[in-house]
Amino acid sequence: MIRNIHKTLSIGAAFCVAAFVSANAAELTVYTAVEAEDLARYAAEFNKDHPDIKINWVRDSTGIVTAKLLAEKDNPQADVIWGLAATSLLLMKSEDMLEPYAPKGVENLDPKFVDKSSPPTWTGMDAWVASVCYNTVEAEKAGLTPPASWEDLTKPEYKGHVIMPNPNSSGTGFLDVSSWLQMFGEDKGWEYMDALHENIARYTHSGSKPCKLAAAGEIPIGISFAFRGAKSKADGAPLEIIVPSEGVGWDMEATAIVAGTDNLEAAQTLVDWSITKKANEMYNTGYAVVAYPGVAKPVEHFPPNLLEKMIDNDFEFAANNRAAILKEWQSRYDSKSEPKG
Amino acid sequence: MTDLTYSDIPAGKNIKPKLAFDDWIMRAFIAMISLYLIIALALPLYSMLSKSVATYHFDLTQFEFQVSDEEGNFSGDIKTAAALNDEVNAYGPEDLAAGSNDRLKVTAFFPDFSFRSPVLYKIRGVTSDAVYIYGSERHTGPEWNEYDSNQFRKIVLRPIASFGLSNFSRYFSTPSLVRSITNSLVISAISTIITVSLAFWFAYSLARSCMRFKGFFRLIAMAPILVPSLLPGIALVYLFGNQGMLKSFMMGESIYGPIGIIIGSVFFTFPHAMLIITTALAISDARLYEAAVTLRSSPWRTFWTVTIPGARYGLISAAFVVFNLVITDFGLPKVIGGQFNMLAVDIYKQVIGQQNFEMGAVVSVVLLIPALIAFTIDRLIQRKQVALLSARSVVFVPKENPKFDWACFVYCSLITIFIAGILGVCQYAALIKFWPYDLSLSLKNYAFDLMDGGGWAAYRNSIKLALLTAFFGTIVVFIGAYMVEKTHGFRTGRNLFQFLAMLPMAIPGMVLGLAYIFFFNNPSNPLHIIYATMAILVLSTVTHFYTVSHLTAVTALKQMDNEFESVSASLKQPFYKLFARVTVPVCLPAILDISIYLFVNAMTTVSAVVFLYSTGTALASIAVLNMDDAGDIAPAAAMGMMIFYTNVAARTVHAALSRMLVKRTQAWRSR
Repeated sequence: MIRNIHKTLSIGAAFCVAAFVSANAAELTVYTAVEAEDLARYAAEFNKDHPDIKINWVRDSTGIVTAKLLAEKDNPQADVIWGLAATSLLLMKSEDMLEPYAPKGVENLDPKFVDKSSPPTWTGMDAWVASVCYNTVEAEKAGLTPPASWEDLTKPEYKGHVIMPNPNSSGTGFLDVSSWLQMFGEDKGWEYMDALHENIARYTHSGSKPCKLAAAGEIPIGISFAFRGAKSKADGAPLEIIVPSEGVGWDMEATAIVAGTDNLEAAQTLVDWSITKKANEMYNTGYAVVAYPGVAKPVEHFPPNLLEKMIDNDFEFAANNRAAILKEWQSRYDSKSEPKG
Repeated sequence: MTDLTYSDIPAGKNIKPKLAFDDWIMRAFIAMISLYLIIALALPLYSMLSKSVATYHFDLTQFEFQVSDEEGNFSGDIKTAAALNDEVNAYGPEDLAAGSNDRLKVTAFFPDFSFRSPVLYKIRGVTSDAVYIYGSERHTGPEWNEYDSNQFRKIVLRPIASFGLSNFSRYFSTPSLVRSITNSLVISAISTIITVSLAFWFAYSLARSCMRFKGFFRLIAMAPILVPSLLPGIALVYLFGNQGMLKSFMMGESIYGPIGIIIGSVFFTFPHAMLIITTALAISDARLYEAAVTLRSSPWRTFWTVTIPGARYGLISAAFVVFNLVITDFGLPKVIGGQFNMLAVDIYKQVIGQQNFEMGAVVSVVLLIPALIAFTIDRLIQRKQVALLSARSVVFVPKENPKFDWACFVYCSLITIFIAGILGVCQYAALIKFWPYDLSLSLKNYAFDLMDGGGWAAYRNSIKLALLTAFFGTIVVFIGAYMVEKTHGFRTGRNLFQFLAMLPMAIPGMVLGLAYIFFFNNPSNPLHIIYATMAILVLSTVTHFYTVSHLTAVTALKQMDNEFESVSASLKQPFYKLFARVTVPVCLPAILDISIYLFVNAMTTVSAVVFLYSTGTALASIAVLNMDDAGDIAPAAAMGMMIFYTNVAARTVHAALSRMLVKRTQAWRSR
């Protein structure tokens, strides 16, 4: 009972504070694909500097957020997109769904992380990088040797021991496919995937699942991303995170203002803040590569040579050819119904 | 003398009974609830159908090009892309049919194109709706833009919207998509045969043997109704996955694929089949068995000539219900299907993975066809089943037969172990710290707030949705059923209403959800304010489960003699007094049944709401799906079991409440 009164009082107090603050407060609807556990921290850090702007998160996986935004094209619900794949933002940019804006201090960022239009329509936050999660315990049981390159993964010894995300549903899966096409060239890239397909046990819907499956020993090798691998390793999984020698694909999480927002001023404040050094330090807790040069500190369990191995990613290629690549991929690999094992 | 024929008699006055004020009110109610069904069902389906014929294609006459010479002087002809394509045949007609996100490369129109060449290119749209993209910049309208060769290769054209059937031809020319049709049909057929056979023997044991623990067996067999259909998939991963406890049982086969889908489907459709067959066996007439004994027919012969024919409608009906459940289910093939594509998963992949809403609509239409056929056959057969009942039937009472009873007991125990085992494995997995490396018990998998999917808030949302659905759904359904049962005349209106009320059962949840996106997320629709709120979830769930609730209500109302209305009318009582004082109290058991049915289904449903939830309204069942999707399988199992316990609790409350109310309001039934 007493506790209830306490609760009522504190809720009441919260309402009073809210009413007081709302004199010049704004609420922003922010669409994001950032991992759920990071969101509260991002909002809290931002509110330390801007207590008058309340963030209402709408969070889902990359594919779903992208689908949502495109579906709402004529009736945008979001004010700001904070933390969505740059490839998706490019798709939206070409639909004129983003408001061009040069945030204060944008010149401090690594130009690779800023849209080339002027004023830019989006700015990058951090990069998420493909990697291979390798379960040492299960691999030893199956008598496998650790692969060193993408090419190695096509060797017959790995038959049925590899899982990767389906690029049709997973942003990480698409990033792998687009990187192979860029690194090896179109023809060689598809040849490579033909060979790899022979070894794939199955394709998962999400990008983090292959690594989690590898962590749980369900499969020895999961093609996923480094951040996920590092987390599972920190949880105690017998994982080794392998960076294939040819180079690895990556995509960045990026920020943009949705065209037609009613809260332009608040949205600009948020985007200004999202590229500050402080914000980038915040991104660094999960991501080893961030947009602000000189900020990044090494992340625990992250493979040390990851940075050098990031390919020179052509996001426009990825965005403009996305539909065609996915169609080709689907006709090549999705029609095989029987799982191989 | 001339013959008098009908036509010679002057046509009489068309006699119409006078409509009382009550009749008008009741008709207004029918109209209101019809309007509800039209808004919540017919219009969304219409927008989905129109989306499936909304196509895109590249209109090459919309774009004009001019090419310079090596010095950069533009002196050549201005040509449209269509003219260029005629010259070089870069793209065939099938390349020009497109999805909404497709892009077309322009360099293919220029066979001698090289990005190192000094040649310059000009491009413009002829009409104002022509769109092309340079890199990621969007350009429209008739302004000329000039690019050098290196830039020119970054130009792609965008398709324009039109109408036609090209989405369907694209669908049927994509082997990976078409294959799902066969996959879905085959899996559903196999699951149906297995489930109906297993359920028949189970129901037969319950109805025709004198074994012990019948109540317990029935209780366990009903448990799968209380969990989302994807939960057995999770259990199967722990049982037969690569690190599974019983992996050796698979003999090298993979559980990810058809085998997993079939086992899981048998689990979640078993109670549905069992209920229908039990009802069918219960109505059989003991006199026929007496006759068979008198005629010295062997038990075997009696079984085939009396039992099976008597239950045949039940069997066929169960078969179609199971078939429909399996073919429209989305959660299970998503969790355990591996590379095996099914239609319902294809819808999800098209919409969520590729943002290809048009193709999602096409797959929905394809999925609608078998669902509609199965539904229609089931309805026709249900009608016949009722005719079998005769007032002179004598209830069959089984006699003791130790051997047979013992066999039934063993069989039912095996089924019970299968069902309880699946649930037990989920609960066990939820409590394991880190399968298979750290088998110590912990509650860490219940820390939902640290994972994707919405955390504990999703669980609370689910309960809220279930309560709201049960409350509003029961009111709407029961009033609708009452009005349509007890109104006089007004044939057309009532038939239309009956049709609308039966329709939801034929509509797969995925299709309904997608239709809701198209209909409610349209800014010109004044109802779009409910998009992304709890209201749209309640609306879709009530609509999705409307039919069974409606039938329950109608059955209960049919048992009430129409004399009540006549008496009440002759006493000049308005119908609402009768409704509140007599009808509702008499039908209370049925009303409670409807609300618990809606509650349980709102807790477990995935398919209709997966397209409609938003961050503020994430649901527990969706969280199970998303956590499994992200690879957090143990937390997914934990959340699934939370849904199970909640439904068990709700059922218990329902049982206690029913008993209490029946005592208070139904005492008149027993004399």
